[in-house]
Amino acid sequence: MRLRDLPAIVYLVTAFTFVFLPVVVLVQFSFQDGILPVPPFKGFSTRWYERVLENRRLMEALWNSVLVGLLSSLTATVLGFLAAYGLARGRPRWSSVVQYMLMAPITVSYLIIGMGLLITFNAIGLGKSLLAVGIGHVVINLPLAFAILYSQMGEHQANIERAAHDLGASDLQTLLLVTVPMLWPALLAAFFIAFTLSWDEFVIAFLLSRFDVTLPVVIWSMLRSGLSPELNAAGTLVFGISFLLALAVGLMLRRGRKND
Amino acid sequence: MGNSELEPRVTNLKRWAIYPALLWTALFFALPLAAMLALSFTETVAGRTVSHFSLANYAAFFERADGAFVRALVNSLEVTVATTVLSILVAYPLAYILAYRVPRRWQRFLLVLIVLPFWTSYVIRSYSWLLVLSENGVLNQALLGLGLIDAPVGLGNNRGATILGFVHFFTMLLTLTIYANLVQIRDSYRKAAADLGASAAQIFLRITLPLSLPGVAVGAFLTFVLAIGDYITPQILGGSRELLLPQAIMLQIGRRADFPFASALSMVLMLVVTAAFLLFARRLKMERI
Repeated sequence: MRLRDLPAIVYLVTAFTFVFLPVVVLVQFSFQDGILPVPPFKGFSTRWYERVLENRRLMEALWNSVLVGLLSSLTATVLGFLAAYGLARGRPRWSSVVQYMLMAPITVSYLIIGMGLLITFNAIGLGKSLLAVGIGHVVINLPLAFAILYSQMGEHQANIERAAHDLGASDLQTLLLVTVPMLWPALLAAFFIAFTLSWDEFVIAFLLSRFDVTLPVVIWSMLRSGLSPELNAAGTLVFGISFLLALAVGLMLRRGRKND
Repeated sequence: MGNSELEPRVTNLKRWAIYPALLWTALFFALPLAAMLALSFTETVAGRTVSHFSLANYAAFFERADGAFVRALVNSLEVTVATTVLSILVAYPLAYILAYRVPRRWQRFLLVLIVLPFWTSYVIRSYSWLLVLSENGVLNQALLGLGLIDAPVGLGNNRGATILGFVHFFTMLLTLTIYANLVQIRDSYRKAAADLGASAAQIFLRITLPLSLPGVAVGAFLTFVLAIGDYITPQILGGSRELLLPQAIMLQIGRRADFPFASALSMVLMLVVTAAFLLFARRLKMERI
């Protein structure tokens, strides 16, 4: 590095400090040996993590989040995949209208989507529940899954499907034995991205759940009682899990690219 | 292409594959929105619907509580515009340095590093800023230690804190969209300009900046839409002195259970987002999506 790069380096360091400051503070004070997650740092302790693991409400919410995340992401990925397949291969008449319709939920605030569902579910008598939350999470993740998978349905893939068809495979066989394996990395990416978004989603879960709640909702209610290292510990654990998921997506995408 | 005999038949499976997703979107997205739109035009007195077409809720938006709701919209617009502008100002140089100053083999690593905090939960991220900004938090301690202040100052619970929390999140997002755009600009353009005698400033202003505007526009649009609809950040960091529109909507749902009015407020919010979209639309390149 030369002297003329110095301003650039200073800027980089400053920007990275800004981006990492809250994360570092969060993680560091999750190990605080004291009751307040603020300086001075009184020593290293894992007791707040023990508290988190003993907190039944948190653990139940964690399980609920995993359940809602898995099922809603699976639904969103399957629906998104079918839509992408139908749009790319079925050549529907109103192709661009269908696309806009499927992508539309992306432009609407989660708060409004959640409230609309609350009103609708009230009207038909479906109470606040994890099922309602899951339905909402499919709504917000379907456009993303669709967009990811549609971008992967190129001519190259169509040619391979055509070859399978010419060799006598039925439509369903081609779909399940050729298209799905071919798009496996994209399918996994769509699934994991949907999962991380569902896992982190608060407003819809807050509006549509009552007794069984998800992790962000419990964390929200813990916030009301003020700053606590227990929250830091919970937050650090959530961060760790999300990070591992992100890592998994990254590795999968990389492997997918190598196979191409 | 074009030769229909080579194209495989459009079978039922292919024809029907789009419908489950369309049905889901219609039932759980379009229908609820339509219900909200209809509800926003009803007039209720003491919980009972007295009219199915009335502009009472929209009138209430302007009149109720001495214009507090119009103020909430103005607050939201101010906070969102400030957030968008500041995020671009922070993110652009960052993306530029990453794309043009950092050696190629380091770029990927630094990009992964910069989006790392993305993976903390959204609620937790706002909470973390609360820790940083609180009266005995890290920032106050640092300022005290440096002798810049004599007593802790209240940094959290105001509009500045909300904007800071937003800028933090959206800097990460904008850095990605701008970087992705910058690395697509061919080196040859800038080299040609340099060969023809353009100064570094001219190259930036006449070539790099205009060619990178689509990336800025996409990121700015996402920032605007996501920030103006967000309830979490202002609720945790913004304090109780002022309300933003999503907080006002949430109050109508939670405390008052006034769904018709909450629906009307939501329609106002959607209208603003639509207006923003039309404004950005000329610059946005909707590629394939």
